[in-house]
Amino acid sequence: MSRSEWEMVIGLEVHTELRTATKLFCGCANHFGDEPNTNVCPVCLGLPGSLPVLNRTAVEYAIRIGTALHCTVQPSLFHRKNYFYPDMPKDYQISQYDVPINADGWLALPDGRRVGIERAHIEEDTGKSTHVGESGRIHGADHSLVDYNRAGVPLVEIVGRPDLRSGDDARIYVDELRAILVATGASDGKMEEGSLRVDANVSVRPRGAADLGTRCEIKNMNSLRSLGRAIEYEATRQITLLEEGGTVSQETRHWDEGTGRTSTMRSKEDAYDYRYFPEPDLVPIVPSEEWIRAVADALPPMPGDRRSAVAAAAKLAPDADPVVTVVRLDLDSLLHAAVAAGADGGLAVKRLANEVASSLERAAVLDPVAFATVVQMESRSALTPAQARTVLKDLLEGGGDPAAIAKAHGFEAMASDALADAVDQVIAENPGEWERFAGGEDKVQGFLIGKIKAATGGNADLKEASALLRGRRS
Amino acid sequence: MATPISTADVAHVARLARLALSDEELDQFTGQLAAVLAHAADIEALDTAGVPPTAHALPIHNVLRDDVVVAGVDREEVLAQAPAAESGRFRVPRILGEAP
Amino acid sequence: MTANPAADIAGAIRRGEKTASGVLEEHLARVQAREPEIHAFNLVLEENARDTAAQIDAAVARGVDPGPLAGVPIALKDNLCTRGVPTTCSSRMLAGWRPPYDATVVARVTAAGAVAIGKTNLDEFAMGSSTENSAFGPTRNPLDPSRVPGGSSGGSAAAVAAGFAPLALGSDTGGSIRQPAALCGVVGTKPTYGVVSRYGLVAFASSLDQIGPFARSVGDAALLFDVIAGHDPADSTSLAGAPPVASAALEHGVDGLRVGLVTELVGAEGLSGEVVAGTRAAAEALASAGAKVEEVSVPATVYGLSAYYLIAPAEASSNLSRYDGVRYGHRATGAADITDMYIASRSEGFGPEVKRRIMLGTYALSAGYYDAYYGQAQKVRTLIIRDFEVAYQSFDVLLSPTAPGTAFPLGAKTADPLLMYLNDVCTIPSNLAGHPAMSVPWGAGADGLPLGVQVLAPALGETVMFQVAATLERLAPAAGRKVES
Ligand SMILES: [Zn+2]
Repeated sequence: MSRSEWEMVIGLEVHTELRTATKLFCGCANHFGDEPNTNVCPVCLGLPGSLPVLNRTAVEYAIRIGTALHCTVQPSLFHRKNYFYPDMPKDYQISQYDVPINADGWLALPDGRRVGIERAHIEEDTGKSTHVGESGRIHGADHSLVDYNRAGVPLVEIVGRPDLRSGDDARIYVDELRAILVATGASDGKMEEGSLRVDANVSVRPRGAADLGTRCEIKNMNSLRSLGRAIEYEATRQITLLEEGGTVSQETRHWDEGTGRTSTMRSKEDAYDYRYFPEPDLVPIVPSEEWIRAVADALPPMPGDRRSAVAAAAKLAPDADPVVTVVRLDLDSLLHAAVAAGADGGLAVKRLANEVASSLERAAVLDPVAFATVVQMESRSALTPAQARTVLKDLLEGGGDPAAIAKAHGFEAMASDALADAVDQVIAENPGEWERFAGGEDKVQGFLIGKIKAATGGNADLKEASALLRGRRS
Repeated sequence: MATPISTADVAHVARLARLALSDEELDQFTGQLAAVLAHAADIEALDTAGVPPTAHALPIHNVLRDDVVVAGVDREEVLAQAPAAESGRFRVPRILGEAP
Repeated sequence: MTANPAADIAGAIRRGEKTASGVLEEHLARVQAREPEIHAFNLVLEENARDTAAQIDAAVARGVDPGPLAGVPIALKDNLCTRGVPTTCSSRMLAGWRPPYDATVVARVTAAGAVAIGKTNLDEFAMGSSTENSAFGPTRNPLDPSRVPGGSSGGSAAAVAAGFAPLALGSDTGGSIRQPAALCGVVGTKPTYGVVSRYGLVAFASSLDQIGPFARSVGDAALLFDVIAGHDPADSTSLAGAPPVASAALEHGVDGLRVGLVTELVGAEGLSGEVVAGTRAAAEALASAGAKVEEVSVPATVYGLSAYYLIAPAEASSNLSRYDGVRYGHRATGAADITDMYIASRSEGFGPEVKRRIMLGTYALSAGYYDAYYGQAQKVRTLIIRDFEVAYQSFDVLLSPTAPGTAFPLGAKTADPLLMYLNDVCTIPSNLAGHPAMSVPWGAGADGLPLGVQVLAPALGETVMFQVAATLERLAPAAGRKVES
């Protein structure tokens, strides 16, 4: 079978830290990068006799995430997940098990496809181990040192359904999910700092097959790029295995960024028996209808809605690159203000996605009305595109009045008569090329336009010039 | 009724609980656990269809705290209680595998 | 009137008739005389206690009221965290551990003027019914040192019975306050679950554990209960709102109250004849004092023991995972890697009963057995709560024996865990239901050792429970042996 006869099936589990002031069950600061073991107390160190008390804001953030992912927000319980590991102070993790706070939602990818969300539940983070020894890694370390500043930091784990079909799909999904999480204000979405962590369940099956293949869980992917690479590598590994007559065994595999390979971390036979049971130190969360509604009402528009609005204003598809860029860079409020001031949406999106995006740090001071004016001048050919870009650049750097900037540059609007004269002049000076163009040879147009551009010192509106050329042809 | 607990079960459970048992302890614990579980046969046999489990005897929910930072404990006081500490951290023997 | 030594001491100190320091020295003298034989304490806090007593005397001298427990020595079970003071749970695992914080109850009794005199011995991590499972040696019954004091709060019960302190705090997961109270001839109370904060109580079984008072009288127990009860934001399972007041109706008698004698508990497996006879006599005494007494069936209580010995070990197996040698407590030396270190530290640090319960609980929660054991036990818990609810529609309080017999000789039950577990058969149902219950001394057995009778009440029914207990105390036949104090 060729590669195209196989289908990849991918489901992602994404952990996000919540941007609360304090940890999930104690009043210690939830703060990245502090001196080790300085944000600790009896609760998050798991000292004997200590008890957890749930952070209201963490619950609210979880409800925000669930609402943004179209989940049902429901009464929920905490369970204990029991396993021994030194970065876990109680040697159990307080998590949600069979009754999560958010269940059954979906996320729409920019192209409109929906990815199912099985659940988005609350749990606590672990501490961090540093491995001491020559390698600096877990294997071959002499001993390890544990810092519990991160222990008890609130997490939401978003479990996606196996609706993704490629490494690219997975990257797009995580990118979109990250944008949603940031939009809710619940997460900073920093994958590199570890506040967003992704595990992937990957399986393959012959295209068209109804049943899922045996899956492997891939861990340790620290960027979107490594996520895509790891998934593609793993799928290829499974396909090769199956084509050689082997079978895939269910296991957890570790992605090595350096070698670009996955390797067995733990087989199913070693699967831990977590002995989940209801956490007796905590009581159920039963969010009221009013609370859920208030959280939903306070949510800002999500990236998908914003892209739809931009797409409508620009008459583009919601997943068109400039639309995606404008929303990703939070330039859509500028767009809508410019359109309200009379600018053409399509041209405004183009300028935002290019010139404004490339000096993003200045975008905050860009006056939407001045921006609209530049776009309008370009639309009615009072400025050529090149001139418009120059004016916009000046506007971004120092502000001011677009008309005055244009005038200072000597960008006088070229009268149509003058342009027509220039066109006629170029036709007269290049009879051979003109003959070919007039005979239907479109590729000569570039040559002629180049001549017109030179003849006008770059001040010609080239769209207008090509219209004139074509007009002379018939 | 479940099959009686075996020494293999007890050895497995000891492993899960991170306890080492001598052969003698293994035999002794197997017998003692079997006796307690045999006593529990009365509830195993009980028809509890439709009975909800009680995890909390309390009828309360939504116990929540405000998201306000409170001073924790002093690191030196905590590390002084640790069997081994180094560079402001808890020192442990080498870890052989990633967290499950 | 029954003597209330704690209330009397506090009153005398508040009025300036006695000094806290003087009272403390009297008690320390008794400790010095008998502690070597009894071993009620893991640690006597002589110096700290003297400092505290001096502060109380200074406060009184300044005209400041130190509070309702002014200058009253109190013994604290050694599973209650005390800041900077070793808290061992009578385990090698925690030997030498000094918590960086006080349990809420410790803060409350201290704020009320009590003087912590020592940390009392217990069955390791509160697992046991005789205080023989202590890593630091057993406590002996002050009334007969060849006998156990009961457990797991045996040190606290013995401290009060021996006159080392008029008050003590214990914890009760399946009877660990009430059974030793009965065996030592003192009053012991397990409050409604959620009425007393568990913050700083080293957990055994979180959904069952509750801290409660030991005292020589019902009035003193009520005094201490009223100090420790009340909401604590540090414990999510702490009930909001004002707690019931134990001392509200102590003098009201029982005229017209409906008292149910629980058929299944009077007929429970393993009870001695004199225990049953004593409980029936207590019921008759209440009837002659004006209560309407009838027998009542609470059918599901017969399943209490089985449910308890699945639920409590299951929770314990998880609660005790944290003793892994990483952050505090015992660490085995020479382990090659972390897993070896865990196994060696835990195997060295825990005694056999703790290991047994961890194993039992791990098994009850493990894959394939959860539904049959832990899940089923939680459903039985529902049945017990339902059956109590029915009974309390017709009765204000219920009555039963506390323990199966009088104090038994050391070593008598150590070889057979199940036999030891049967000590809790009458006390367990209240823990599973989250209800309050207390043991009041009721005469003596043929061996001259005390018997106890248990008063059970519905959730938050402490006021009426103490009311009935106070009446029983007034009606009780003369005790056998008593330690003078
Ligand atoms: Zn903390």
